[in-house]
Amino acid sequence: MATFKDFRNKVKPNWCPGCGDFSVLAAMQRAFANLGLEPHDVAVVSGIGCSGRISGYVNAYGLHGVHGRALPIAQGLKLANRDLTVVAAGGDGDGFAIGMGHTVHSIRRNVDITYIVMDNQVYGLTKGQTSPRSEMGFKTKSTPSGSIESAIHPMEMALTVGAGFVAQSVSSDLKQLTHVIEEGIKHKGFSLINVYSPCVTYNKVNTYDWFKENLVNLDNDENYDASNRSMAMQKLMEHHGLVTGIIYQNKERKSYEEMIKGFKEEPLAKQDLMLDREHFDKLVAEFA
Amino acid sequence: MVKQLSWKVGGQQGEGIDSAGETLSTALNRKGYYLYGYRHFSSRIKGGHSNTKIRISTSPVRSISDELDILVAFDQETIDLNAHELIADGVILADAKFNPTVPEGVTAHLLAVPFTKIAEEVGMAQMKNMVAVGASIALLGLSVDAFKEVIEERFARKGQKVVDKNMEAITKGHEYVQEQIGNTITKFRLDPSDGKKRLYMIGNDAIALGAVAAGARLMAAYPITPSSEIMEYLIKKLPELGGTVVQTEDEIAAMTMVIGANYGGVRALTASAGPGLSLMTEAIGLAGMTETPAVIVNTQRGGPSTGLPTKQEQSDVLAMLYSTHGEIPKIVLAPSTVEECFYDTIQAFNLAEQYQCPVIILSDLALSLGKQTVNPLDYDRIEIKRGKLVDWNEELPPLENSQLFPRYEFTEDGISRRVLPGKKDGLHHVTGVEHDETGRPSENPLNRKRMMDKRLSKLSNGIDFDTPVFLDAQHDEADLLIVGFNSTRGTITEAKERLEAEGLKVNHAHIRQILPFPTEIMQQQIQKAKKVLVVENNATGQLTNLIKMHVGFAEKLVHYGKYDGNPFLPSEIYKQCKELLVHGHI
Repeated sequence: MATFKDFRNKVKPNWCPGCGDFSVLAAMQRAFANLGLEPHDVAVVSGIGCSGRISGYVNAYGLHGVHGRALPIAQGLKLANRDLTVVAAGGDGDGFAIGMGHTVHSIRRNVDITYIVMDNQVYGLTKGQTSPRSEMGFKTKSTPSGSIESAIHPMEMALTVGAGFVAQSVSSDLKQLTHVIEEGIKHKGFSLINVYSPCVTYNKVNTYDWFKENLVNLDNDENYDASNRSMAMQKLMEHHGLVTGIIYQNKERKSYEEMIKGFKEEPLAKQDLMLDREHFDKLVAEFA
Repeated sequence: MVKQLSWKVGGQQGEGIDSAGETLSTALNRKGYYLYGYRHFSSRIKGGHSNTKIRISTSPVRSISDELDILVAFDQETIDLNAHELIADGVILADAKFNPTVPEGVTAHLLAVPFTKIAEEVGMAQMKNMVAVGASIALLGLSVDAFKEVIEERFARKGQKVVDKNMEAITKGHEYVQEQIGNTITKFRLDPSDGKKRLYMIGNDAIALGAVAAGARLMAAYPITPSSEIMEYLIKKLPELGGTVVQTEDEIAAMTMVIGANYGGVRALTASAGPGLSLMTEAIGLAGMTETPAVIVNTQRGGPSTGLPTKQEQSDVLAMLYSTHGEIPKIVLAPSTVEECFYDTIQAFNLAEQYQCPVIILSDLALSLGKQTVNPLDYDRIEIKRGKLVDWNEELPPLENSQLFPRYEFTEDGISRRVLPGKKDGLHHVTGVEHDETGRPSENPLNRKRMMDKRLSKLSNGIDFDTPVFLDAQHDEADLLIVGFNSTRGTITEAKERLEAEGLKVNHAHIRQILPFPTEIMQQQIQKAKKVLVVENNATGQLTNLIKMHVGFAEKLVHYGKYDGNPFLPSEIYKQCKELLVHGHI
């Protein structure tokens, strides 16, 4: 059986020392091992940006695509081979700016993949511009007088469009992070995991210390019921979205694959391509 | 008695125009006649003039005709807009309800038939279109019996009563006209057909069926005219084969989903038109860079921007070739008949896997939507070629110490072995960033050059496609070579026949593989001709310029463009050819 070390490769990440993405990588590798997966069972599909490089740092199958499009690629892959564990990963710019349309529609569609957003509230790879997750007033190279646009609240947004699994965590809590990724993968359907993954270079506001002071861990709240959607929404609004843990999970909703009429257990990628003559003749006869 | 004629039905969109055309032509196709239909429609659901023109013949036809013999009109606007096309002794069958009049200068015979009144007597005003079908077949000298089967199939799910009423409407329309004309108008009576069984399809049907036959089991697409029929067909047919169609949020999602699916090992496609293709452009570059197979159908329509969404144009050629940033291997096929739409689609899926690159099937509105008689499709010509794909059953040498599978290994033909995710000992990375043989990012200049050369060399020695250029070129020394692509095939054939009947030596080359460009074949053909006319539905001469770029002969090539939204008529091409031959220019 594979251990988390089997999911490591020899590539040295090009992330800055202290980057939150290191923990996300480690948590992902641990989660795969904890779930008893082998490297060839897993595919990590990522977007563009610092965090998008993550697919190259996991010893598994992986595709590093175009900016903002990790989700449709991951869904196509999962539909082609439903035996694979497919994880999409990228930054907040990838998921909530250029790829926001795909995020919303992936939630609606509910293909059984896990989406991990490494949310650092700033654009890193392009050297420090505002992101859709930057708070109003946040100063960057593209907002020298402070951002005048309001920030996206991804967890509330996900609940609103009907997500079946919504979780949030932070890079400094490897244990919780690993746990929510495991639960996200186990969840049958689309799961969204937003990870506060501090950018030590371009975000001097939302730092590790800042999160330590401001985050509320739902795991410590005995009365919290993650199956209660209105409680989830209330909690998020109460704490300005700054909560961690599994925020909401709907175990009843069927995945897209389960909803497709005639979709087989055997992956499409393993099925015979050749149409038999009888079937062909039947199709052709409809045009007579 | 005639061997061929043209019939047109027109009215307000939503009045049953399509249904009338469909009923008439399906029945005639089953009787063994050859048909070619073209719909004139607008980008709206109800209202606005719409018409369907159908050519009926005892021998193969692949073009609309210049003239019109019979016009069926549900309103005066139809007469005013279309009567000028009628031959001198043509016939207008018009609903008596609107007191039809014939415009000045039109000599055609007007027969006012109470379409609506008869339909109301039968039971429902909507059936006026079936009355009109009955009226038409009386002119064609055919019996209503041929329609029973078609009517039963069309209306069976609405119950026997509806079937009977529609049949009655057809019969009453037939009787009425029969009584009116007696033996006076006999010139439109059709010669008997050969009675053979053939198909009746649009290009989009053939592309969709071709995809099923090729083993495609997943489609991701966003609805757009004139390509939606492909997804609509596949959503009906793929589930019974275990596959599906995903209607995505946009064309970017469609294209990237297709890349993910093909990476995963299923044959997947998307289909769109110009605006959608523009959105897919970046992702097509990813498919090229990552050597991922993908099949993309572009049914061209009037551009730019929203342009003329329901009209014919061929103005995406250069965009299909060059729109992606950077340089990738890519194949662009351009079928020119409905049969080719079927066979080329199968080949497109093979080529995508054989050369591990995106393949664009370029069609145009007239080919994608023009409904025509099609020869039986041959099951035995279906062949699946997956290139250097590692089989699921093959055991690979173990990967140790986080070693990776050389997915992008340098090889003689530039094509590397492709292994699918899920396969043991096949781990590798895939990225749109320049990469080494295992897929790991690399900025090494030597590797960069080798990888670029590897990818581009895959297509440099020709590709495994059966007919890069359709040739109807018997003359070693021709007065004229006519060049075209996509739906102009039959129209050019017809113009050529007229010119040859006058003793001119005319060759015809129809380009079916636009990329890689068939330079040698075109060079030979152009050399053999004194003059060359390139016929294309665009303003700037995209194909003309492409030939100049690859083959040369800049002086000899004359571009003939039409970009008013309508397909070429045989007479237009004939006239321009004559002009070029007589005056040396057009």
